[in-house]
This record gives sequence, C-alpha cells and structure tokens, in this order.
Amino acid sequence: MRASRVCIGPALRLSRRPAAMTVARAHRAILAIWRIEQPRLITSLARMLRDVPLAEDLTQEALVTALERWPATGVPEKPGAWLMATAKRRAVDHLRRGRMLERKHELVAWDLEAEQQAMPDLDSALDDDIGDELLRLIFTACHPRLSREARAALALRMICGLTTEEIARAFLLPATAIAQRIVRAKRTLSESGLAYETPRGEQLSERLSSVLEVVYLIFNEGYTAARGDDWLRPQLCDEALRMGRVLTAIAPHEPEAHGLLALMELNASRTAARTDTAGEPILMLEQNRALWDQLQIRRGMQALGRACELGGAGGAYALQAAIVACHAQASTAADTDWSRIAGLYAELAAIVHSPIIDLNRAVAVGMAEGPEAALAIVDRLVCEPALKGYHLLPSVRGHLLHRLGRYEEACAAFGAAAALAGNRREHDLLRRRAAEAAAAATSS
Amino acid sequence: MRFMFLVTPAHVGPPTPELMEAMRKLADREIKAGRLIDTGGLMPLATGAQVRITDGRLSVVDGPFVEAKEVVGGYAIFELPGKEEALAAAKEFMQLHKDHMPGWEGVCELRAFASGPP
Repeated sequence: MRASRVCIGPALRLSRRPAAMTVARAHRAILAIWRIEQPRLITSLARMLRDVPLAEDLTQEALVTALERWPATGVPEKPGAWLMATAKRRAVDHLRRGRMLERKHELVAWDLEAEQQAMPDLDSALDDDIGDELLRLIFTACHPRLSREARAALALRMICGLTTEEIARAFLLPATAIAQRIVRAKRTLSESGLAYETPRGEQLSERLSSVLEVVYLIFNEGYTAARGDDWLRPQLCDEALRMGRVLTAIAPHEPEAHGLLALMELNASRTAARTDTAGEPILMLEQNRALWDQLQIRRGMQALGRACELGGAGGAYALQAAIVACHAQASTAADTDWSRIAGLYAELAAIVHSPIIDLNRAVAVGMAEGPEAALAIVDRLVCEPALKGYHLLPSVRGHLLHRLGRYEEACAAFGAAAALAGNRREHDLLRRRAAEAAAAATSS
Repeated sequence: MRFMFLVTPAHVGPPTPELMEAMRKLADREIKAGRLIDTGGLMPLATGAQVRITDGRLSVVDGPFVEAKEVVGGYAIFELPGKEEALAAAKEFMQLHKDHMPGWEGVCELRAFASGPP
C-alpha cells in the first residue's frame, strides 16, 4: 500500500539515474556532501591516528573514492556514513601497516577496536560532539609556525572542505602553487611534531589570535574581490564567516572570537550595497542603506554584545566591530554618531599602533568636531614613513583644507593624492576635486 | 547563499520523540558548523490561512484557527555555498524523518534568498 502512495515524478526519478546526471553535476553534488561531512571525518581520523595531516590525506582518499564510484552507483542513502566507513577503513589499513612494522601501538590498537565496533551510522555521527576535536583541528591548521598564507590554505582545505583548485581560483593563484603550499605546511606540522595538539587555558587565548588573524585574512581577501571576479573569491567571505561562527560555537568564552565574528557579519551586511550595477564601488556614506542585510546586522550586533558581556569590549576586533556598528545602526549617513566613532578609534589606536587607524580617527574627528581638530592630527601624520606614498593621506588633508577655505593648499593636496592613486577611478575623482579647489581659489 | 527551508507534512500529527531528538542533534551540529542561522517550528497548515489573488479577485482560505498545540512543520534558514549544498542538507534532514517516523510524508521546499538590488 505504501508503494502506491510514494509518488515520485518522472523528472525526479530520472535525476536519480546516473545517465541523466552529467559527471560534472554529480561531482558538484558529491563535493556539497563532502563539505558537510569533512570536518567530522578529519576529526574522527585525527583522533584515531593522532596526526591531523595524515588524517587529512586519508579523508581525501575517501573523497576520491566517492568521486570515482558515486557517479555510477548513485549517491548512497546515508552518504556521511559511507564516507566515514571508507575513511576509517583507510585509517585501519594505515595502522595495521604501522603495527606490522613496529608492535608498539597497543593503545592505538585498543582504540581501533572500539572505533570499529561502533560502525558509523547517521545517528551515531550526530551524537559525536566534535567541538574539542574540531578546535584541535583548527589550531593545528592555523599553527603560528606556519606562514599566514599557508594557514589560510590549510584552513580552507581542512575546515571548509575546499579543493586545492577552488582555493587557487579564490586567491587568483595557480593550483600548483596552492598544492605546494599545502604539502609544505603539512610537512612542517608532521616533522616538527605539531601534528596533533590542543592548547589549553592561557595558551588557548594566545594561540587563538593566530587563528583569528587567518580567518580575517580570508574574509578580507573575499571582501576586496570585485564583482565579475570568479564567484569563488567573494565566497571566501562566507567561508570566513562560517569559520567565525564555528569558533564562537566551540570556543564560546573567547571574546575576541565573538568580536571578529561581529566585525565580519557587520561588514558583510553591506555587500549588496557596495557596488552599482556596473560593478563600480559605492562609498559607505553614499550607499542605499535599504540594501543592508538586517538579519546579518542583527547577528553582528548579537556577537558584539556577547564579546562585551565577556569583558572584551576593548579588544582590537571588538573595537573595529563597534565602529562598524555605529554605521550599521545609523538609518541615514547624517545620523552617524561620529564622536563615538572618533572615541572608538582613539581606543583602538591605543592598543594597535597604526598610522592608518590615526588617519581614520582624523576623518571621524573631522566629522564630529570640525576640520581644524582633524587637520592637526593629519599634519602630525605627514612625516609618517608608513604613509609615504599612501594617496588617502593627502586626499583626507585636501578635503579638510577645502572645508577650511584654504583652497590653494587643498588643490595642491588633491593633486598630490591623484599622482599617488593606484586606480583610474580614484585618480579621476581626485583630479576633479583638485580642479574644484582651484576654481574656488580663483573665485574667492 | 541564503536558503529558506520550509517543511510541510502531508498529515497532521506531531513528530515522534525519536524524530524530535534526531532533528535537535542535527540542528545543533548545523549551528555549530555555522550553516544554520535561524530555525523554528510551525503550527498545522489548517490553522493558518491563505490569501490569494486569481483572475483579479482576492480570496481568503481561512483555517479554523483552533487552539492547536502541535507543531507539525517548520522553517530553517541556512547559509550555504550553493544549491547542491542546500539539496544535500535537505536530503539529510528528510532522511531523519524516514528513519525515525515511518509513514511520515511531506515536503521540504527550498527557496534561495534574493541577494542584491532587485
């Protein structure tokens, strides 16, 4: 009786048959499942093998097996369990080989029996709380001994389940370069005995900064991507956001993890408003705020609130998030609370010494208190070697001078800024500003 | 990409405790994985209403609005890389129904959120 009630339309039925599915489509579907299952696969294998890079190799082999078989056999009913069983079989084989060579793996073998007895099905997989293992995986992939670029590649591969090709496309690099980077990083981890360790207590907070730095690097790489770039580039923002959410879920007491998540959610909330239909960037104060993603802003504000509750309001990420929050909460550009922003920049400047933060503070002070106070800050930055050649310094200076009615100086500043501007659009804009200042100078 | 999952069972009747527990675990995993960003249960379709326009006429199909206590469906909002990931997630979710509430029938509808200027 049940059979007659289960009614699958002809189209649906067809799509289940491999012939109707192109191999490419099948591979996309398999990679989608892979991304869901992969963290649990790696963490389970890492627990068996006490070696994250090796665990990663063996789970990749399980993926390759699925990519070979599933297009012909169809995706199994419980694909996660299938992948887990296949990956564990590889791990068992690996351990057996090792045990024949040297019989010192009593402990591991005991674990192995236990692992084998609990043959994975969907429900037992759901029972696994992999939080601690996942944290270990993230800390290993983002080990401070590795370069930032290597950490980013490993994190995208081991935590987000991106393939080497996808990572390469996202970073606009050849796949061979990324593959080498990953191989080298994994070798560094294995050879230096860092392949499986979890920092605890104070060390955890310390090590966390090396993780957060990489997550933010990945986010910014995606955030600076232009419309029309490979879709994988903006996708990096989503991957970084996801990692941020994972971190706040498995390390919920770390305020800076919440601070970074808040910063990313709030910045990402403006994505739809950041470019016009031709793909040209629109400055924040000129954006259509109706296009800002309110759900994402709410999530960002929640994360920021959490960071503050945990006593982290003064952290570098939380402060930056609080600055972006001022913009997110202003319903029009004119409603922006510039004096609060100026105050937050001053706090930020006290913990992160960066002339760029000082320059941003000057802009906020200019909006809050007027051009004179801002110009005093900017003039102190003129001799800053790190800002030599940075077009926004003379650009901000020109803007302030113009507001003060010092048009000739403003014209010179905009001219200097135009000469330093890297892209055509900015160059043209600054030349126009210089011309406006020159016109004002002659008519005054 | 953001997706709305809307689950509507074919028959009225609350989920079994086993199904509830399996769904709770899956939701917990998905939240920790940073994919599930919002979720909630929904009351039976019959207790709601539909307001339609057909042939230029507005009509209302109104449910009885009885004091229903049973949650029989729900929604979830996911952030996922694309439709394939959404399909994989929805299939895993529906498989739980198959495993934990034999005889359950219904639909999980996937809708992608529009992004950017309309």
